[in-house]
Amino acid sequence: MRYWRAAEPKRSYDVVVVGGGGHGLATAYYLARNHGVTDVCVVEKGWLGGGNTARNTTIIRSNYLWDESAAIYEHSLKLWEGLEEDLGLDLSFSQRGVLNLAHDLQDVRGSLRRVNANALNAVDAEWLTPAEVARFCPIVNVSPRVRYPVLGATLQRRGGVARHDRVAWGFATAADRLGVDIVEHAEVTGFARGPGGRVTGVDTTRGTVAAGSVALVAAGHTSVLAAMVGLRLPLQSHPLQALVSVLLEPVLGCVVMSNAVHVYVSQADKGELVMGAGVDAHNSYTQRGSFHVIERQMAAAVELFPVFAHAKLLRTWGGIVDVSPDASPIIGRTPLDGLFLNCGWGTGGFKATPGSGWVLAETIAKGEPSLLAAPFALERFTSGALIDEHGAAAVAH
Amino acid sequence: MLLLPCPWCGPRDEVEFHYGGQAGIAYPPDPEALGDEAWADYLFMRDNPRGAFAERWYHVHGCRRWFDLRRDTATNDLLGA
Repeated sequence: MRYWRAAEPKRSYDVVVVGGGGHGLATAYYLARNHGVTDVCVVEKGWLGGGNTARNTTIIRSNYLWDESAAIYEHSLKLWEGLEEDLGLDLSFSQRGVLNLAHDLQDVRGSLRRVNANALNAVDAEWLTPAEVARFCPIVNVSPRVRYPVLGATLQRRGGVARHDRVAWGFATAADRLGVDIVEHAEVTGFARGPGGRVTGVDTTRGTVAAGSVALVAAGHTSVLAAMVGLRLPLQSHPLQALVSVLLEPVLGCVVMSNAVHVYVSQADKGELVMGAGVDAHNSYTQRGSFHVIERQMAAAVELFPVFAHAKLLRTWGGIVDVSPDASPIIGRTPLDGLFLNCGWGTGGFKATPGSGWVLAETIAKGEPSLLAAPFALERFTSGALIDEHGAAAVAH
Repeated sequence: MLLLPCPWCGPRDEVEFHYGGQAGIAYPPDPEALGDEAWADYLFMRDNPRGAFAERWYHVHGCRRWFDLRRDTATNDLLGA
């Protein structure tokens, strides 16, 4: 099968998307597919899907608390459910169910509230007792005699995982087929400006490219790009770590997440346990985190899953995530004409890949926020209409 | 893992500290005079450079005092106070 062409950048495009991860590629794809905007270029400083898209733990779910979040994440989950057919590529999308464990009374109350909120938003959600957790996932230790006992869990059966790098390849290939140029190894070094400060293009290591609109979809490096046009954002960049074990026989048939003890884990089809750890508290762009974060995560994981004590750690790595004050993304226009943002997905952007691209494409094509994106505009930090999803975001920050 | 120079206790392991974010964000001298944009700026907008960054640290499991530090966020090199 043919994937995407290695395009030479033209001198001008209707839209330039900065960032060739899942979100940027999805934006380009939906610009072409939904809006007929095919004169689009994706510029990527490294190789395609080589950043957070290929570093995350691939968890997909939509069980967020607030109406605004439920709407955008559920839209994304619905897109996932038809994405393999739409892109014409096997993404190993597997709706094996996502458990979110509760370990104390506050957790239980928050989880029940989220289950009810999800039900009102037509997002599938169930509450499981500890005995039901043990039936659904037999290797979870539900004994009351552990430091943080399992008091129950929410279950989203439609949640699951997908193979992340193929998601990037799928969007790239489908976008390429519709005429989108994908230019790798082109790092943005500055912006071209027009009358009134309008952003009219990007300077890259492969030349200057003019653009009707520029979209920054650069995750942890968005602040660095925004600073080039004097824009200060409510974002802080942190390393988020993940790890895999050696290959094991199938032991874990679902995704298990725990906010309180900071474990989230699934088992890849090949057999390795894929686990997420936390973020380092300090700002950093080093793409590696501190070891004590891994140590703490492993201690909790082994208590929750005693069978994991036999597993050997194969590899750890870090990605740079852009964390916003309310654990919700920032999508839409900026104070500068011609410049759009899609950032702040923090520690949980993978699940939103198709939905995020869908709403940003609509916002760029129409020049005004799409209905699903409007609540996530940058202005919410001035108006005070924050969308606090710290409870549903899973990684504490 | 960082080894952080507490000005009072000397170099200590990162796990003894609490992070305080960007340094030099002063409480507005006349809060009632602030408009919405100025409040947003004070509460939420922060520098987030890839490179030298002045930040606050709190030696919570030591002397329990705050101090400022400059660190390179791309390399974790400490650049002095």
